[in-house]
Amino acid sequence: MSNKIRFVQGNEACAEGALYAGLSFFAGYPITPSTEIAELLAERLPARGGKFIQMEDEIASMCAIIGASLTGHKVMTATSGPGFSLMQEAIGYACMAEIPCVVVDVQRGGPSTGNPTHVAQGDVNQARWGTHGDHNIIAMTASNHQDVFALTVEAFNLAETYRTPVILLFDETVGHMREKLVIPDPGELALVERLRTSVAKDVDYHPYLPREDGRLPMSDFGGEHRYNVTGLYHDMWGFPSSNPKVVRELLHHLIDKIDNRVHEIVRCKEHFLEGAEYVLVAYGASARSAIHLAKERRGKGERIGVIELQTLWPFPKALIREKCRGAKAVLVVEMNMGQVLAQVRAAVAEPERVFLANRVDGHLITPADIKQVLRVLQGRGV
Amino acid sequence: MAVHDYIRQRFFPHLWCPGCGHGTVLNNLLHAVDELGLDKNDLVVTSGIGCSARISGYVDFHTLHTLHGRALAFATGVKLSRPELTLIVPMGDGDALAIGGNHFIHAARRNIDITAIVMNNKIYGMTGGQFSPLSGPGILATTAPYRTIDNPFDVVELARAAGATFVARSTTYHARETIDLLKKAITHKGFAVVEILSQCPTYYGRKNREGEAAQMIAHYRDNTAPVGSKALAENPGLIPRGIMVEAQRPEYCEAYEAIIARAMQEAGR
Repeated sequence: MSNKIRFVQGNEACAEGALYAGLSFFAGYPITPSTEIAELLAERLPARGGKFIQMEDEIASMCAIIGASLTGHKVMTATSGPGFSLMQEAIGYACMAEIPCVVVDVQRGGPSTGNPTHVAQGDVNQARWGTHGDHNIIAMTASNHQDVFALTVEAFNLAETYRTPVILLFDETVGHMREKLVIPDPGELALVERLRTSVAKDVDYHPYLPREDGRLPMSDFGGEHRYNVTGLYHDMWGFPSSNPKVVRELLHHLIDKIDNRVHEIVRCKEHFLEGAEYVLVAYGASARSAIHLAKERRGKGERIGVIELQTLWPFPKALIREKCRGAKAVLVVEMNMGQVLAQVRAAVAEPERVFLANRVDGHLITPADIKQVLRVLQGRGV
Repeated sequence: MAVHDYIRQRFFPHLWCPGCGHGTVLNNLLHAVDELGLDKNDLVVTSGIGCSARISGYVDFHTLHTLHGRALAFATGVKLSRPELTLIVPMGDGDALAIGGNHFIHAARRNIDITAIVMNNKIYGMTGGQFSPLSGPGILATTAPYRTIDNPFDVVELARAAGATFVARSTTYHARETIDLLKKAITHKGFAVVEILSQCPTYYGRKNREGEAAQMIAHYRDNTAPVGSKALAENPGLIPRGIMVEAQRPEYCEAYEAIIARAMQEAGR
C-alpha cells in the first residue's frame, strides 16, 4: 500500500497515529475540543477488532484503559482540561503500578470550564504535577499534523518502553485545524511492542522486580502468571508494603527510570537556529507562529531562530541551556502565563535574558504578537 | 482443591480485625470458586480501597487493587478487553455506593458480565468508623456524634433500577446460602450484584452497642428472612435474603462483539 495523503484535523491525525501504533482499546467521555478523537475511534476500532467504550466520566475512562492495558492491549483516552483534572488520580495509579497508557489532552482555556472552544496551553504544569506525590511523567506536544501523527506513535512506544503513562498535550488550534497528513506505510515508523516476561509457568514471577536497565517485563492478566497490582507502595510481587526500604527504592525507581534516560526520550526541532541572536522557544500551535516569524525575519536578515519543544516533560533542560548559550535574548512563546518560561529560566545560565511572549485571550498567538515583544528586546521600539 | 489452594499464604496473616465479617466472605467466595471448578488463571479480582478491598491481595488469581470507588471502572476495562475472563469485584459499602456510586449504576446499566460483591458493614472501617451511605439514620459514627440523619440506599432496589440482571442478598451468618448465591452470580451472564451484610464489631458494633461479632451475626440470623418465606410475609420489618432479580438481557461484551462483526463487514465492503 502506498502512502496515503489525507486532509484532516489534528485530532484525526492523532487517532490515525494511535491506530498505526497498534491502539486496540480506547475509553473516553465527550469533551470539546477532543471529541473527534473518540468519534473517529468509535468507528475505526471495531472495524479492526479493537474496542471502544464511552464511559460515564473521565475518571472511569482512565480507569478502564488501565484495566485493558493489563490484559495486553495498547490503550488510550482523550480529553481536555476539565476531564484531564478528573483523570489525575488514576494517572498517578498508572505511574505507581507502571501501566503503559497514552492520555491525550487537547488543551482549551482554563481554569474550570474556562473557554471550551478556544485555544490555550495552560495544562503544561498539570501534565507534570496534576497527580499527587512525587512521580515522573512523559509529556509531548506537536505543532503540525505530520508531527501529531509521529509523536502519537512515539507516545505509545515510550509508554510501552518505560511502562508509564505518556501525556500528549495538544491544543485546540492544532486539534481542529485542517492540513495535509501523509500516512506512513506500515513499517515506516518503528513500533515498540510490550516487553513480556520469559519466566516459565509455575516459576515464581516477580512482576515488580526491574531488570538492570530498569525495564519490567510484563505478564498479561489472563496469562500464566497471577500477580497483584496495586496503587500502594509494593514489593517485587506487587504486594502492599510500607517497609521503608521498599518505599524508598520504589520511588527512586519510578523517578530514575525516566530521569536516567532523558537524552533518549526528549525530542525537539530546530528552525533557523544557526547563529541566532534571538532564540524563540515555542511548542504546539505557538510554534507555528514563532516559526512563521523567524522565517520571515531571516528573509530580512535578522538572526532569529526557533527551538520547537516536542517533549515538555521531562523538560529538556540540558538541551535548552546548550542551544540558548550564545543568544542575546530568549523569548518563550506560549499561550499561558509562563509555564514553560519558568522551566527555561531555570535551565539557562542567564535567566534574566529570558522573556515571555504570550497570549491568554483564547486566540492563537500571532507572528505580530511575538514580533511586538521581539522589537522591544531588540531595542527597536514597539 | 481446598480453600487454602486459592490463597496467597505468603501474604497472611490478613489485616482484618478479630470478628470482622470480611474473612467469612473471603471463605465463601473461595468455596464458590472451588465448587464451580474455575481455573485460577481465568479469574480476575478487582477491588477499590477499604477493608473489603484487601480481599484482592489474598487470593491467588489475577488481582487488581485500584482506587477508592473505581474498581468497577477498572474491571470494565479488563472485561471488555478480554471477555473470556471471569471478573469478580468485591467492594465495601462506601467504596461501591458513595464514591463509586456512579460506576455502580453504569456497570449495571451496561449489564456487563461482572460479579459485584457489596460487603455491607454500614461503616468506613479503614478510616476509623465514619458513617456510609448504607448506614441509615440514627447511627453513631465518628462523623455522626449526634447520630446520622442520612437516608440509606437500598442496594437491591438501586441495582434493580439501574439494570443489573442478577441481584441477591445474604449475610455472614448464612454462609452456605452465600456460597450458592455467589456461584449463581458468577455463572450469571450479565451484571450481578450480591450484597452481603458483614459485621464490623470494631467500629460499628462497639459504637452502636450491638455487641461482639457473635451477637452481630446472631442479629443477622434473627432479623432476616428468605424471599418468599412465611416469616417475611408475617414480618415485613425483616430484611429479605435470597435472589431478588434474575433476568436475561443482552450482555455488553457480547453486544460489542456484534458491533465488531458489523464494523468489519462494512470495512470489508
